[in-house]
Amino acid sequence: MDQTVAERIKRDIADNDVVLYMKGTPVFPQCGFSAAVVQVLSHLGVKFKGIDILVDPALRQGIKEFTNWPTIPQLYVKGEFVGGCDIVREMYEAGELQDLLRDKGVAFADAA
Amino acid sequence: MAIYATRMRDKLTQALAPHSLTIKDVSHQHAGHAGADQPGGETHFDVVIVSERFEGLGRVARQRLVYGAVSAELAERVHALSIQALTPAEAAKLT
Repeated sequence: MDQTVAERIKRDIADNDVVLYMKGTPVFPQCGFSAAVVQVLSHLGVKFKGIDILVDPALRQGIKEFTNWPTIPQLYVKGEFVGGCDIVREMYEAGELQDLLRDKGVAFADAA
Repeated sequence: MAIYATRMRDKLTQALAPHSLTIKDVSHQHAGHAGADQPGGETHFDVVIVSERFEGLGRVARQRLVYGAVSAELAERVHALSIQALTPAEAAKLT
């Protein structure tokens, strides 16, 4: 993989507590799976950086290799890969995503 | 002809010896989205797989096993899988 892409990913996930690699933007997601994760994060009131991989072909391929995960979206919390849409949704429904955010010291609005 | 569904079924069966495996083509739900509009569907699937191999593994590791088994299909045509990867004990609790 392109080293500059890998460096950029490392920097983004180090500099931001919560990063979502997605298709489209948080305001205009271009894919239902990305939209679903945005919805969960928004519902939890988590501040996150959305990175649109559609506008950057090198990143689109690079993030798949970096994470060893073939699909988008991909959620990172405090530099750690959490999962894609299914995992985020399951964890949210089980309250595990909230636990993870709490454990990692990421602020969110706990509606429950 | 569900070529890719059949291929994925064969590979997942071989790789993970599942107790049960359901593969459902849900491509129609993604019609119109960029790159997904292929004639004949087979771009998006729901996969429910029950295997002892998932025992002791977290969610990410389980899905990596599934993705790993069908990497060729993902590279060629399949855009996304929605995966439920359960151990037999977990599956028993759901029913």
